[in-house]
This record gives sequence, C-alpha cells and structure tokens, in this order.
Amino acid sequence: MSRTMIIPFGPQHPAFLEPINLSLEVSEEKVSSVKVNIGYNHRGMEYALALDYKKTQYLVERVCGICSFHHSSVYCQTIEAIFGIEAPERAQIIRTIFMEFQRLTSHFLALGHVAEAAGYESLFMRSFAVREHIMRLLNRLTGSRVHYSVNIIGGVRTDISAEGARDILSVIDEIRPEVKTLRDVFLNDVTLVHRLSGAGKLTLDEARDWCAVGPVARASGIKEDARLDGFAAYGKIDFQPIVREEGDAFARTAIRAEECIQSLDLIEKCIMIMKDGETSAVAKKLPAGSSYSRVEAPRGELVYFLRSEEKKLSRLKIKTPASVNVPILASILKNASLADVPVIAASIDPCICCTDR
Amino acid sequence: MSLKNSPWVMHFDTGSCNGCDMEIWALLTPYYDIERFGAINAGNPKHADVLLLTGPVNKKSASRLKNLYDQVPEPKVVIAVGDCASTGAPFQDCYNICGGISTVIPVDVFVQGCAARPEAIIDGFSKAIGILEEKRSGRHGSERGDKVAGAENAGIQSQAGHDSGRGER
Ligand code: SF4
Repeated sequence: MSRTMIIPFGPQHPAFLEPINLSLEVSEEKVSSVKVNIGYNHRGMEYALALDYKKTQYLVERVCGICSFHHSSVYCQTIEAIFGIEAPERAQIIRTIFMEFQRLTSHFLALGHVAEAAGYESLFMRSFAVREHIMRLLNRLTGSRVHYSVNIIGGVRTDISAEGARDILSVIDEIRPEVKTLRDVFLNDVTLVHRLSGAGKLTLDEARDWCAVGPVARASGIKEDARLDGFAAYGKIDFQPIVREEGDAFARTAIRAEECIQSLDLIEKCIMIMKDGETSAVAKKLPAGSSYSRVEAPRGELVYFLRSEEKKLSRLKIKTPASVNVPILASILKNASLADVPVIAASIDPCICCTDR
Repeated sequence: MSLKNSPWVMHFDTGSCNGCDMEIWALLTPYYDIERFGAINAGNPKHADVLLLTGPVNKKSASRLKNLYDQVPEPKVVIAVGDCASTGAPFQDCYNICGGISTVIPVDVFVQGCAARPEAIIDGFSKAIGILEEKRSGRHGSERGDKVAGAENAGIQSQAGHDSGRGER
C-alpha cells in the first residue's frame, strides 16, 4: 500500500534562490503530481513601467537583475521602432557585447546553481569565481555590476574606449581556459553526467506543446533562437545556435556550458568589427503608435509590446522566457524522485522575478 | 562567543529584482567570501542568526516574511539589503508592494544601493554582527533601524526613522 503526501517546496527553500512554491504530491519518494504556485515576486512592473516613459528606462532594468540589459535593450529596440529611429551601428555592437556578457553571468549563475543542487560545492564556487571576473570587468566598463544603465533610447550612453576593448580582450583571454575547464567538467564528469542524464526529460513534442524557449527548447532539439533574427549586431557576426537532442537536465546544462564559450567568441568578433562612429541617435517627442520586438535573453526569447499615445505609453506588455519555462516544471517533475527535484528545477533555470514581474 | 564568531545567515527574497540577491550570492562565494566571518548560508530559519532580506515585500510574501521572522530564534538581526528593501524605492508606485522590509518586521541594518555593492553588504553585515553580540549580552538598547551601511561611501544621509509615516500610503 502506498501512502501519498504533499510536500511543500518553498517559497523559502535552500534549493531555490528565489521565492517559488511547488506543492509536490509524493508517494514512495516518487513525485506523482506538481502544483506550481507563483506570485511571490509580483510587483506590478507592467503597470509601473507604463506610468511615465521618461522613467521607464531606469525602471526597466529593475524588472530582472539577472537579465537587466536584455530588458533594457529590447525596450529600447521597441520604442525606437515607435520613434522611427535606429541606433547607430556602433551602439548596436556595444549592445551585443553587453548582452553576451550578461548571458555569461547568467549562465554561470545557472551552472553554479545546478552544480550546487547536484552536491558539487567546489564546482559551484568555481563557476561563481569566473563570473566574478566578468562582473568586475563590467563594473570597470560601466560603473555598475548589475544594472549597467548603458542603454538610452536611440543608442547607448557609455562608449567602449580603445582601452576598454583591450581590457575586454585581456579578460576573455584570462578566463577562457577556466571556462573551457568548467565546460569539460559539466560535459564529461562521470558522476555529474550520471546524476543529470535522464533527469527531468522533456521530449521534442512536449517542448513544442509547452512552447519552451531558450536553452530548454534547444536542449530538446528545437533550433529556436531569437538571435537568428539578427537584431542588434547578431546579423553581422555569423551566429549559429547550439542544439542538442536529449532533452534532459544534462542537455540543458551542457547547452549553457557550451554557450559560455560561444559568448566569448561572439564578444571577440564584435570587438573586431567595431568601427568608430556615433553611439546614439536623437529621439524627439514620442509619437502615437505601437510596436513589438524580441531579443534572446539568457533564458530564451524575451518579447516586449508597447503602445503609445502622444508623449506617453498606454500599454507595455512583457513576455519573459521564464514565464514560459517555469510551468514546464509541472510536467518534467512528474515521476521524478524527490531527491532529483532541486536539480531538475535548477536545470530549467527558473527566474522568478521575470516570471512574476 | 559562538554567535559572534559564527553567525548563520538566511537569505529571503520578498519580491526583489534579483540584483541584490546576486550580490548576496557573490558574497557567499570566492573573492568576497563572508565565510571568513564564520557566516554560513543556512536554509532553515531555525538555524539562522542573521536575516539577509531583499525586495520591497510584495503582498503575497509579507505573511511568509513575518512567519519566517517569527521562526528565527532570539537574538536575531535583520539586514535589509538594497534600496527597495529599505524603502521600496524604485517600485514605490507599484500596486502590489508594501514598501520595504520595515513595514512588516523590525529592521536593524539598512544597506543602500541599487544594486547594493558587495562591499556595502559586508559593511552592513559586520555592523549586524556587532548588534547581534550586543543583543546577546543584553546591552542593545538603541532604537532599531539606526545603522545605515554604505551611507558614508555613497554620501547619503542616514535614513534612520525613514519609515515613519509610511502607513499613510
Ligand atoms: S535594490 Fe535595486 S537592485 Fe536591489 S533588489 Fe531592489 S531593485 Fe533590485
């Protein structure tokens, strides 16, 4: 006879960085059903962002601290389309560089989190140690470690000087061996591979049904990446997404580990093609109109929709990648053993402040 | 003595943007490493001495925050990390927030910055250890909320008592 009980996970739980609540119905250590309960981080950002568009630029980075630059870039991209202006090429390249740096910091956070959930304390520490190099570089370049405040409507307000470019290249040279080592550990370490393989499997069809995005979709064999659209400078730097077929926690982790190396390459390519020029275009008063645009945030496709009336925004709608990926937990945690729950949850890379906004 | 030498930390996010949470995680890892103060990240409120809290406290997490706070054994200190945890700052006009940790539970140390820098959090943390030690020996008589970490660096005036009048909103 099996007994069923309900185990609450969160909102405060050592396995989660952020407040999310999972009600796991467990029988004999096997999860039989899952309820995902969100909303502990809902602030009402969509409402607040549309209040005063002059303040939106500041606030839009505070939607999510992990992908703040992606939020501000896609916001700028969208509102630039309403203004009918385009950011100059140099600004586009600078945006691309910071987007890739932020992808690195986010992926190392996710990788470290998976390592910790799997019980690899020193791997977690090493992932964060590499990440710290990037945070410090970003601090030198922009004056801030988390919210860079680089974007403005029409371009960027912080240029990358020749000295800054040299700094970037030297930091990349410095961390590349360590990033490669970490990737090899995540890809080849026997224990870790055994721990992650087969955990939280999401098949191709399921991924399509759940509309998965980002590394979660790419790990299930969907070749889907908003960077293929060629927004910002991605059209100029020959980008190809990394796709795997397995669809389990290992594949999702492996994709992130490989994308870290790819990001370093993309940044180097950006520095190579950077030419002197303007960094911002002039935006005059806000016309009425509406627009929609997307970028590839570290967790997947991030979409902004804006509608403006004369000189004010009447609606701002955000579709974040995490809000699509987090509900998938309800499917992939089913039939998992209770001990695997933290690893599987971490492999989705849930970002609750994006999910709830 | 043990409290001073090994204060265990519990981190809870009450609705932040994650900026300050990331800096707290940076603290627990190499480079900043608050383990040199003996601090260990405890996942369990019953083990914790220091509460590192972020976020403007949204309406759903307010009762959970109170619940967690009540579970932490005395003596305990509460650190509000970041502007939004201190005052609700960038989110003050949002409909779903209470406006800072101090609207729900008493706060001992406010750390400023959006995002708060790791150095400022360490500064706040060392102040908190002092308060914890005072509380343990029963010497802590000063008002809560009178320590502002990072204020000297940021050139910002102490925000002691800033939360008075908050109830009107
Ligand atoms: S203080 Fe700023 S950076 Fe920190 S959690 Fe609040 S909004 Fe985010």
